[in-house]
Amino acid sequence: MFGKLTWDAIPWNQPIPLVAGAVVVLAVFAVVIWVVLKGYLPYLWREWITSVDHKRIGVMYTLLGVIMLLRGFIDAIMMRSQQAIAFRAAGYLPPEHYDQIFSAHGTIMIFFAAMPIVIGLMNFVVPLQLGVRDVAFPTLNSTSFWLTATGALLVNLSLVIGEFARTGWLVYPPLSELPYSPGVGVDYYLWALLISGVGTLMTGINFVTTILKIRAPGMSYLRMTIFCWTALAANLLIVAAFPILTATLGMLALDRYLGFHFFTNDAGGNMMMFINLIWAWGHPEVYILVLPAFGIFSEVISTFSGKPLFNYRSMVAATMFICLVSYMVWLHHFFTMGAGADVNAFFGISTSIIAVGTGVKVYNWLFTMYGGRIRFTTPMLWSLGFLVTFTIGGMTGVLLAVPPADFLLHNSLFLVAHFHNVIIAGVVFAAFAGITYWFPKAFGFKLDEGWGKAAFWLSLLGFYVVFMPLYVAGLLGMTRRLQHYDVAAWRPWVLVAGIGIVIMMAAAACQVIQFVVSVRRRNELRDATGDPWDGRSLEWATTSPPPPFNFAVLPNVQGAEPYWGIKQRAIETQQLSPEPKYEPIEMPRNSPTGFITAFFCTMTGFALIWHIWWMVALGLLAAYAVFVWFAWRDAVEYSIPAEEVARYDRERRRAREQWLAQHGGQPA
Amino acid sequence: MSSWAAFLLQRRPLLWRVSAAPIILLSLSNCSGGVLDPQGPIGAANAKILLNALGIMLVIVVPTIIAILIFAWWFRASNTRARYRPDFVYSGGIETVVWGIPILVILFLGGVIWIGSHDLDPFKPIASPAKPVEVQVVSLDWKWLFIYPEQGVASVNELVVPAGVPVHFSLTSASVMNMFFVPQLGTMIATMNGMVTQLHLAADKPGEFYGQSAQYSGGGFSDMNFTVRAVPQDAFAQWVATARQSRSALDRSSYLALCQQSSNVRPFTYREVDAGLFNAVASQQLPPCPGPNIERAGATVRPPPER
Repeated sequence: MFGKLTWDAIPWNQPIPLVAGAVVVLAVFAVVIWVVLKGYLPYLWREWITSVDHKRIGVMYTLLGVIMLLRGFIDAIMMRSQQAIAFRAAGYLPPEHYDQIFSAHGTIMIFFAAMPIVIGLMNFVVPLQLGVRDVAFPTLNSTSFWLTATGALLVNLSLVIGEFARTGWLVYPPLSELPYSPGVGVDYYLWALLISGVGTLMTGINFVTTILKIRAPGMSYLRMTIFCWTALAANLLIVAAFPILTATLGMLALDRYLGFHFFTNDAGGNMMMFINLIWAWGHPEVYILVLPAFGIFSEVISTFSGKPLFNYRSMVAATMFICLVSYMVWLHHFFTMGAGADVNAFFGISTSIIAVGTGVKVYNWLFTMYGGRIRFTTPMLWSLGFLVTFTIGGMTGVLLAVPPADFLLHNSLFLVAHFHNVIIAGVVFAAFAGITYWFPKAFGFKLDEGWGKAAFWLSLLGFYVVFMPLYVAGLLGMTRRLQHYDVAAWRPWVLVAGIGIVIMMAAAACQVIQFVVSVRRRNELRDATGDPWDGRSLEWATTSPPPPFNFAVLPNVQGAEPYWGIKQRAIETQQLSPEPKYEPIEMPRNSPTGFITAFFCTMTGFALIWHIWWMVALGLLAAYAVFVWFAWRDAVEYSIPAEEVARYDRERRRAREQWLAQHGGQPA
Repeated sequence: MSSWAAFLLQRRPLLWRVSAAPIILLSLSNCSGGVLDPQGPIGAANAKILLNALGIMLVIVVPTIIAILIFAWWFRASNTRARYRPDFVYSGGIETVVWGIPILVILFLGGVIWIGSHDLDPFKPIASPAKPVEVQVVSLDWKWLFIYPEQGVASVNELVVPAGVPVHFSLTSASVMNMFFVPQLGTMIATMNGMVTQLHLAADKPGEFYGQSAQYSGGGFSDMNFTVRAVPQDAFAQWVATARQSRSALDRSSYLALCQQSSNVRPFTYREVDAGLFNAVASQQLPPCPGPNIERAGATVRPPPER
C-alpha cells in the first residue's frame, strides 16, 4: 500500500535531524494555525497563492529563496563546526549524516536559494523595466513558482522522512546508482530537481518571450536596461541548458527505477557521460545565476553614481559574449579525469576567455563610478564589496582554468573557496543589493540603512575570514567533503574558518533585525514618490508598490534611461507631461492552476520516491486534469475601468507635482 | 618570513601591501607539506605554473582593486573637489583598453595553458635515465590497493617507491570514482571502474608524503588516505623482500574479500599477486565491487566504527 514507506523512515534514533525536523514541522503548523485563526487564509489564497501578478510571484520567489538561504546556511554552520572539531576525532556528525548535509547544502543553495532569488527579482523587475503590465504567460509563471516550491518542499521533507542523497550535490554515478546508494536519498534529489526543473524551464520560456516580444512602445533592444539584457541572456541559457539537466537526471532515474544502464559500471554504462552532461548544464547554470547578478550591480552602480552606465553597448556585448562562451567550457570541471592534453588545453583557454567578458564588465563599472557622485547606500556597499571580492574570485577561477594548476587544486578547499568567492560575492551580494534596492518598490517603504550596513560589513568580514583560510587549506592539500581529518597543518585554517562562520551568523542576525526594524518603522521609511533612490529606469516611474496594472498608460520610451529623461524634461519645463487619456485595462484573472498542479506534482514526486505506484498514477492524472480544466476556462481576463485607472494615476501625479515643487529650478 | 611580511605590510605603499597579502598567504602555506612544497619534478612544475599564472593575473588584478577603492572614495558625493561628469559615458580609448588588456593577458595565459597542458599531461612519461617503476593502483571502498607487477607484490594503504626514480601508475577503480592524489608529488588523476588512467610521478628525495582520495566516494571517504614512502633504492629492494614474506597472497578470492566495504584499514602487504588481476579488474572480468549490503527504507550505512 505505501511502497517502501514505513515508520522506520523517520530517523527516530538520530536526535539532530529529528529535533530539527520537529522544530520545522511545529513552526510550520504554528504559522498555518495562526493564519487560519486570524482569518488571513482567504486573503492569502486570493491575493498571493492564486495570484498571477508578476510582482506577487516575484516576491514569493524571493521569500522562498531567502528562507532556503537560511536553511542552507544552517547546513554550512554544521559543516564548519563539524570540521572544526573533527581533527583526529569523530566530531558530532557521523559520516552518513554529514554526507547528507553537504549534499543538501549545495542542492539547496543553488536550486532553492540562489535560483528563486534571482528568478524572483527578474519576475518583479523585468516587466516594470520594460514598461509593460505583466509577463507573456502569467498563469504559467505562477505554475513555475509552485513547481519550484514543490522541489524545495521535497528536499526538506527528506529531513524527516527517509534521508537525502549522500553523493554530493551533483550525484555523480556510479556512487548515485542503486548498488552504491540503495536508500531514497538520491530519489529525493532526482524528483525534487526534475519537478522544479520543469518550472525553471517554463520560467525561461516565459521571460525570453516577454523580453523579445512584449516591451513598451519605443523600448528598442538597445534602450533596455542592462538588467533586462542579463535577464534575457540568463533565460536563453535556461532554455538551452535545463533540458540537458532534465534529460540527464531522467536517465539516472531510469537507471535507478527501471534497470537501465546509462551510467552504471556494468552492462556498458559510462559514468563519464553523466559527468559531461551534468556540467554541460552546470556551467551555464553558473552564468544563469551570475549574469542577472551583474545586471543588478549595473543598475545599482549607475543609480548611486548618478550616471548612466559607462559603455552601455560594450556591456551588452560582454553579456552576450559570456552567454555564448559559457557553453564551451564545461570540461574544466574534470581536467583530472584523464582527457588528453589537447582537450584540456582547449577547455582551459576557452574558460579563461570568459574572463575577458567579465573583465570588461568590471572596468565598465569602474568607469561608471569615475566622474560620478557616489552615494554609499546599502545596495551600493554590496556592489563595492562585490567588485573587490569578485575580482579576487575571478582570478582564482582563471587559476583553476590552467590545467596543470588544476591538477593540484581540483576538488580541494581552494576550489571550494573559489566558487564560494564568486557565488557569495557575485550572487548573494547581488541578491541583498537587489532586495534592498527594490524593496521600497515592492512594499512602499525602505529597509533600515543602519542594520543593512551592519549586515554588509559583517558579511564582508565573515566572508574573508571563512574563505581566505580555506584557500590556504586547499594549497596545503586539504580536499573537500572530509568528515574528519588527521593532518595537523590544516587545523588552524579550518579553525579560523569556524570563527568566520560565527561572524556570518552575526551578519544573518543583522539581516533579520533589519527586516523587523524596517517593518516597525515603516511609516518613517515610507516612499511617497515611487522614486526613493533617484532612479533612472521605468520601474521608478510608477508608485511604490505599483498597482496591479503597473502603469496607468504604457510609457512611450524616447531613449535609454527613459525615466531619467522624463524627470529631466519635467524639471526643465517645470511641469509634468500633460494628463493622458485613461482607458480601461484588461488584466489576467488569478488562477489556482499553478498551486493545484504543484500539489499533485508533490504527491507524484513523493509517491515516486517511496514507490507508491497507485499514488503516482493518481497524482499524474490529477495534475493533468487540472490543466485540462484550465484549458477549458471561459473568462481569461478582467477589466479595470478607466475611472479607477484615472483615480490612481491622478494621485500619483499629485505626489510627483510635490516632488517637482521641491526640485524647482535646479537640475536633479 | 614573518619579519619580511611585516616589512611588506608596514613600510610600503598601498599597492605593495595589497600585492603582499597573497604572497604572505602563499608563503605561510609553503612550509608545511602542501602543493606549494613540492617534492618531485611534476609537483614542482605544477606549482611553478600555478605561481606564474597567479603572478600574471596579479599584475592587472591588484591595480584594478586599488582603482575600484580609489574611484569609489574620491567620487563620493560629499567630496566637493571631485568633478561631477554625468556625461562621461563613452570613450573609445577606454573601450579599446578595457577589451585590449584582458584579451592580451588571456592570450599570454593561453600560451601558458597550452604549453603547460602538453608538458604536464599526466599520461606523458618523465624524461629520466632510470627505468620507471610500474605500479598498478586500484581504488576500493574505502582503501587503496597498490600492485607492483614487476616485483609481484602488493600493498594496501601504503605506497613505497624508490626515491629519484620515475613511477608509472596505471589506475582503475573497483567500484565508484576516486581520485589518486599525493599533494607534494603533484598531479592528481581519477580512478574509474572499467577504465584505466595513467600518471607519471617521481619523488626527488626519500621522505614520507600524505596521499588521499580527492574525489568523494561515500561513507568511508574521509579515511581513504595512504602514506607514500619514498625510500632509497636498496631500502626499496629490502621492502619488496619483506613484502614477499607476508602471510597472504592476492588472488581472485582474496581480492573479492578485500573488495567488501571497509574503512580505516591498517596498511598491509601481499606476498604474491595474480599477474592478471589488474587487467581483470579494469576489463570488468572481475565484476565491480558491491556497495552497502543493507537495504531498507532510508537505509543508513555506516563504515565500521573503528575509530
